[in-house]
Amino acid sequence: MNITEPFAIGNSGIHLLDPRPRVVIAVLFSTITAVLQQFPPLFLAFALALFLVFRARLNPVIVGKRLTILGLFLTMIWLLVPLTFEGELVTRFWKLNIYLPGIVYSAKITIKSVTILLIFMSLVATMPITTLGHTLHRLRLPEKLVFLLLITYRYLFVIGEEYVRLRTAMKIRGFKSGTNLHSFKTTAYLIGMLFVRASVRAERVNQAMRLRGFNGHFYSLEDFAAYRSSGWFLTFALSLLILILVLEWLL
Amino acid sequence: MAALTTDSAKTDPLIRITDLTFIYPGSVKPVLRQLNLDFHQGERVGIMAPNGSGKTTLFYLLMGLLKPDSGTIEIFGKPVRSEKEFENIRKRIGMLFQDSDDQLFSPTVLEDVAFGPLNLGKKPAEAKLIARDTLNQLGLEGFENRVTHKLSGGEKRLVSLATVLAMEPEVLLLDEPSNGLDEETKTRLITHLSDLDLSYMIISHDHDFLYELAQSNYTMKNGQLEPMERMHIHYHSHPHTSHRH
Ligand SMILES: Nc1ncnc2c1ncn2[C@@H]1O[C@H](COP(=O)(O)OP(=O)(O)O)[C@@H](O)[C@H]1O
Ligand SMILES: [Mg+2]
Repeated sequence: MNITEPFAIGNSGIHLLDPRPRVVIAVLFSTITAVLQQFPPLFLAFALALFLVFRARLNPVIVGKRLTILGLFLTMIWLLVPLTFEGELVTRFWKLNIYLPGIVYSAKITIKSVTILLIFMSLVATMPITTLGHTLHRLRLPEKLVFLLLITYRYLFVIGEEYVRLRTAMKIRGFKSGTNLHSFKTTAYLIGMLFVRASVRAERVNQAMRLRGFNGHFYSLEDFAAYRSSGWFLTFALSLLILILVLEWLL
Repeated sequence: MAALTTDSAKTDPLIRITDLTFIYPGSVKPVLRQLNLDFHQGERVGIMAPNGSGKTTLFYLLMGLLKPDSGTIEIFGKPVRSEKEFENIRKRIGMLFQDSDDQLFSPTVLEDVAFGPLNLGKKPAEAKLIARDTLNQLGLEGFENRVTHKLSGGEKRLVSLATVLAMEPEVLLLDEPSNGLDEETKTRLITHLSDLDLSYMIISHDHDFLYELAQSNYTMKNGQLEPMERMHIHYHSHPHTSHRH
């Protein structure tokens, strides 16, 4: 199990911005992108996302790797949708009909999903997960959800390690996974054991927290005043978003 | 150290346990059976007993994480029973868990160490300052932004100690603190603990460790604490000087 935050630390203009407007703009921007139907505003949104990635000075190799994962999903879309989304026929390929609406639709999905991924990479992945947690808390997300996010992040690794340990214990006693009853049963035990351990662990963590005075409230160390003023960023981002919406309506 | 012990005999004990009995729900055999203990200001006590004899259970009862079936616990001169009473006790007694992964739950070191002070009502800036000071005191400069789950076992243990010390407790309960540490980290831990101006109880299986840090030692038999005659003196390899007189 490997969860890393390759973009979290940096000193680009975007890293130094107040996290709150970054999260708000990211949510707004990606929602708008998701509902756009026209190509010109879509291209404008894509260009804006690229510009943000550029400003955040993200490592292009890692950005590329993240996009590759999305690429697999998009390949499936391109293979299936042009064949099944019936409408004006573009061409026949062997016995397969390829339809124009399918191609248009696939292209839109591609631009939208790449754009949204770039937005989140540049605006949200550029803060450590803890900062994100505290930011969401400041933005009035319920305390419990924020806590869940942070605790999940912390213990995913521990549970991952426990999984590896249990797997190893099974392997050194000659267990090989296959499609038979013994295999299914053993795997069910493994998963069950993982749940048992996770809940025992949760109980102990809760005790450790109470011993240090935890009473259900969530205090943050994050000092939002220390970030750079975000006035220009908000003005710039909001005016472009309005332009995108205007384009969408006019066309 | 010796002076403290003689003085303490005259004062009321910090912790007095009387006839404490505890049975885990669903079990028939008591883990603790009419256990008694007086623990005084300035005392440094070691507890060494086989696995499963109830050492951790005793600490949990002292911190109010488990409720006794019978018997009384008096801390700082007053009996403690309700959750409210234990909440106040927890501000003055710190406990180090056997497994550091239970103790460190924040993503970063600084946040974890500052967690206690923030809960005690300190302002973020103040909590940060306390956290940094505590880390520096334990030789953990530059650890603030380290991610807790990526620390080594020894580092996790020292950071766990920092999270407890940041609450400025008067008493420490340490559950197998030297477990799984290499010699060097263990020596560091011994140095830091012996430099602290605190009363503490240490659960440990490690003779050298208790020899360095405890003035008196107990073992557990049949759910009761029994004083050990004197630690068997194993040869020990640390260059560290002993506090024995
Ligand atoms: N949550 C629990 N439920 C039932 N029995 C438990 C629980 N925790 C510990 N025990 C039992 O209580 C006994 C004492 O445990 P513990 O205090 O952890 O021992 P020690 O710390 O001395 O190794 C053991 O026999 C253990 O199996
Ligand atoms: Mg134990």
